[in-house]
Amino acid sequence: MSTVQPAAAAPSLEVSGLAYAYPDGHQALFGVDLTVERGERVALLGPNGAGKTTLVLHLNGILDAGAGTVRIAGLPVEKRNLAEIRRRVGIVFQDPDDQLFMPTVREDVAFGPASAGLRGAELEERVTAALERVGMERFAARPPHHLSFGQRRRVAVATVLAMEPEILVLDEPSSNLDPASRRELADILRDLDVTVLMVTHDLPYALELCPRAVILGDGVIAADNRTQDLLCDEELMRRHRLELPFGFDPRSVAVPRP
Amino acid sequence: MGAGHAHTLYRHGHSPVHRLPPHCKLVAVLGFVLVVVSTPREALWAFALYAVLLAAVAAVARVPAGFLLKRLVIEVPFVAFALLMPFVVPGEQTELLGLSVSVPGLWGAWNVLAKGTLGVAASVLLASTTELRSLLLGLQRLRLPPLLVQIASFMLRYGDVITDELRRMSIARRSRGFEARGVRHWGVLAKTAGALFIRSYERGERVHLAMVSRGYTGTLPVIDEVTASRTQWAYASALPVLALGVCLLGWTV
Repeated sequence: MSTVQPAAAAPSLEVSGLAYAYPDGHQALFGVDLTVERGERVALLGPNGAGKTTLVLHLNGILDAGAGTVRIAGLPVEKRNLAEIRRRVGIVFQDPDDQLFMPTVREDVAFGPASAGLRGAELEERVTAALERVGMERFAARPPHHLSFGQRRRVAVATVLAMEPEILVLDEPSSNLDPASRRELADILRDLDVTVLMVTHDLPYALELCPRAVILGDGVIAADNRTQDLLCDEELMRRHRLELPFGFDPRSVAVPRP
Repeated sequence: MGAGHAHTLYRHGHSPVHRLPPHCKLVAVLGFVLVVVSTPREALWAFALYAVLLAAVAAVARVPAGFLLKRLVIEVPFVAFALLMPFVVPGEQTELLGLSVSVPGLWGAWNVLAKGTLGVAASVLLASTTELRSLLLGLQRLRLPPLLVQIASFMLRYGDVITDELRRMSIARRSRGFEARGVRHWGVLAKTAGALFIRSYERGERVHLAMVSRGYTGTLPVIDEVTASRTQWAYASALPVLALGVCLLGWTV
């Protein structure tokens, strides 16, 4: 494989042989291989402590790989590329209060593109477009702490959409949302034309949104398949402490074929 | 949350004072305070004129007197200090309401009271006509070190979040039958403060992570540059310039 690839052909995310041990010696990842093609929506499943967050923090270079490589649309995650990598990888963290740190919604959404040097009318356009994609354009002037939780989560998605990322990484997007906000967020995510990697425990949500799912267990990708097939494999699910909500039968749901 | 939305100091309005750019108002208030402080304390009439000037600004800003006076209460600790001065400052004694007080002490008390009150009143006027957010923009425009502006803007953003956390912790305590009564329970409250500190510290780390993920490299990009026209500067300078006139008169008369 050559080092330089045309960006259009390169997959959005290419992780190979990624291993990582924390400074205290605890090893979290033992050689992760994962490729996500452009436009795919993939769910990353796994029990608590499987290393999901550790993997996510490697995608934009917050953590440095002990071994192995991560490429975003062909560009390796390395120190000299970090600014571009962080523009390409949009991470939506679990607690929107952590994600939204500026005094108003508009300034928060503008933060990413402004850090990349955008100013004036172009910046304003980018902010409006991102807020429109999540249906929050009427709230631009509000301070984030005056919004409902669901609205804050949507603004958090807009803050990374404003950076026009190659891949959107969502950490537990449905956590703490009431059913209506959950559905609204699903509608928004489904309509985005962007690659999505969704870290979640919410298996019905994964089934609803992601045609493909991978299971991270004990620091490696333990399974990689159609989401419905994975959820129907009872033995595999039990082995990785993944449980479906009471009364939910993944076989009973018709999912659109990818 | 819910309540306490707009900060209680700010009074929403559309007066000419509200519309002035924040950095002009900041400079004007600072100038006014400096002028007041450098006025000789013997020029009693000058302080009366300053008060009239402030009252005029309040009238233009449509800030009612009651609103202004209520917020002056913040000054009370200084007033207490000033009231002590006639009794503790040594010097020539005189009789006042049957009490023996010192003359330099009286002058000192008057000095602190008059200048303090005028300064606080000017600041309250600034705060009631300028939103906190725009004050920060003004400070940024005045080239205050960016780190200080960042810290202040995070206080603004996370003040409510942390208060909310504190409130939840207090509800959790009371739900388990704890009521803080007297010194014996201070230990529990101290632990609450400690826990709150650690939570806030961890939140700080997570916020930093989120910032770095969106390309933060140590400076917040300036998204809203506030600007002021010559006319706006002229309007804003009316207060300190008039005050300066009064001050000069006070030195010469």
